[in-house]
This record gives sequence, C-alpha cells and structure tokens, in this order.
Amino acid sequence: MSGTFWAGARAGLSFAPGVFVLSASFGAVAQPVMGVVAPILMSVLQYAGSSQLAATAVLAADGSAAAAIAAGVMLNARFLPMSVVAAPALRGSRLRRSIEAQTIVDTSWALAARGQAGFDREVMLGATLPQYPAWVLGTATGVLFGGLLEDPRAFGLDAIVPAFFLALLVPESKRRGAVAACLLGGAIALALTPVLPPGLPVLLASAAALIGLRR
Amino acid sequence: MSRIWVTIGALVLLTLLIRASGPLIMGTRKLSEKADAVIGLLAPALLAGLVLTEAFAIGKSLVVDARAVGLGCAALAMALRAPLLVVVLIAAAATAATRAVLA
Repeated sequence: MSGTFWAGARAGLSFAPGVFVLSASFGAVAQPVMGVVAPILMSVLQYAGSSQLAATAVLAADGSAAAAIAAGVMLNARFLPMSVVAAPALRGSRLRRSIEAQTIVDTSWALAARGQAGFDREVMLGATLPQYPAWVLGTATGVLFGGLLEDPRAFGLDAIVPAFFLALLVPESKRRGAVAACLLGGAIALALTPVLPPGLPVLLASAAALIGLRR
Repeated sequence: MSRIWVTIGALVLLTLLIRASGPLIMGTRKLSEKADAVIGLLAPALLAGLVLTEAFAIGKSLVVDARAVGLGCAALAMALRAPLLVVVLIAAAATAATRAVLA
C-alpha cells in the first residue's frame, strides 16, 4: 500500500475518537429499543451512522418496519452519487470494486474527494480502516454502558450528530460553488421539513448541487 | 421484536447495494465534466441539510432548542481549530448545560 493509503489512515484516525462518541450515543439510544445484540450487529453489518440513528428514531417512536427502513434508506441515498464518483477510481473486477465501495462513509469519501487529482481510492480505504472498529466498539460501549445514563438528552448527546456533520462540512465548503450549495441545500431541507417525512428533506437538499451546472 | 430484525435485515442489504451502485451501474466509465461539477457539490448540499435538520427538527416540526446552543459552540470551537473529539464534546456539554439551566 502506498503513501496515500497511510495518509488516509492517519486522517481517519483523527476522526476515530469523534466517531466512537457518535457511535456510543447511537448505542445508548438504540439499546432500550432493540436490546443488546441488534444495535451491535447493525453497526457491524450496516456501518452507516445517520441511517442507523434515523431508523432507530422511527422504531423508538413505535413506527413500522417499513417507515424505519424508508427513513434509513433515505439518509443513505447519498451513498449512491458518492459511489458513482468513487467507481472509476476503484480497482479490479466488478465484484472487487463493489466490495471496495463498501468502505464508503461520509468522512472517508470526503477526504478522498477533496484532492485536486480526482478521487483517491487509497485515501478512502485507508481512512475507513481505523473508523470502522471505532464505530463498532463505540456502539458496543453505548449499548453496554448507556443504560447508566437515565436520559441521554440530559447529557446533550443529541447535539453530537449535527456537530459531527458540521465538522465534515467545513472543509468541503472550500470547493468552488460550495457555499452557495450549502445555503441552498440547507434552505431546501428546512423548508421541506414541515411537509415531508424525516429523511426526505435531506435527500432533496442534494438538488442544490445542480447549481454546479451554472458556469 | 421481529419489526426490529426486519428493519435491520433490509437496511443491511439495501445499504450494501447502494454502496455498490457505482461499480454496478457505472462500471469504469468516467463522468462528464458537468456531472462532475454537480456531484462535487452534493456533499456540501447534503451535509448542510443534515446539520440543519439534526439541529433544528424534531420529526416534522422546526424548533430552536438547546441543540442550537451546542451547534453554535461547536462552530466556535471549529473556528478555533479544535480537534473533532473536542468539537463534539463541546457540543454535548453546551447542550446539556443549556438544558440544565432551562429546566
């Protein structure tokens, strides 16, 4: 593995403590709803923070499986364009590339997409390496010890998610047209929140990226 | 309980397919320059939507509550170049403190 793989791993390592805390807050919220095994298994096999949090929120509110799946998929729908961007940079057979694409998470993808020389596959693979165990261990910790907190909200755990995404957004905003895309995307999401089910407003915020066509 | 396992099973499978969608649909074809410009702006657009809905929405209602204070303090910490862990802990602490004061 080359230098950019390890540069990615170092960058991923700097995210790991934050990922751990975010994941622990997922575990703490999920345990009363799903028990001990299910949240951990979900983190091992799905590994998609905002989707897991959204589906859990629906189940906690006594929503149906269909509603929880829809919310989870909508928050993950952004992986679709992200995967399309990453695809030409991945290596090997179609199966091998599909497996490599499983390392897509917001942080790693954003790090890999930031370079000037196109999407850097090794940065993404490297950055996910330390974050995946941090995510799984965080959930296990939250599930096992979250019960000690009577009310996670009293500890402000629900503010960790927006703060985490804000930290991802700031380096992104240096890209040309990014500030306009942020403002428009944010406005779309807020405007649609009262009228659409949770998850959809965020997905539709992606339409703001169409301002990239104006050159 | 089955409601939970159905949700997890479906989300695991669908997430796997969504992540693989690029290689499965696009193969190794490159994107046009215009598509590239649009896709480059997807992350900021989506992340901005995520930040605002996670901070100001409860279900379908928009509210300004203690999370807004947490987010503001997180932004301040980021402006001072604090590491990610410090940023999220400050967000949680500021939100918790605001709730304690308002309660």
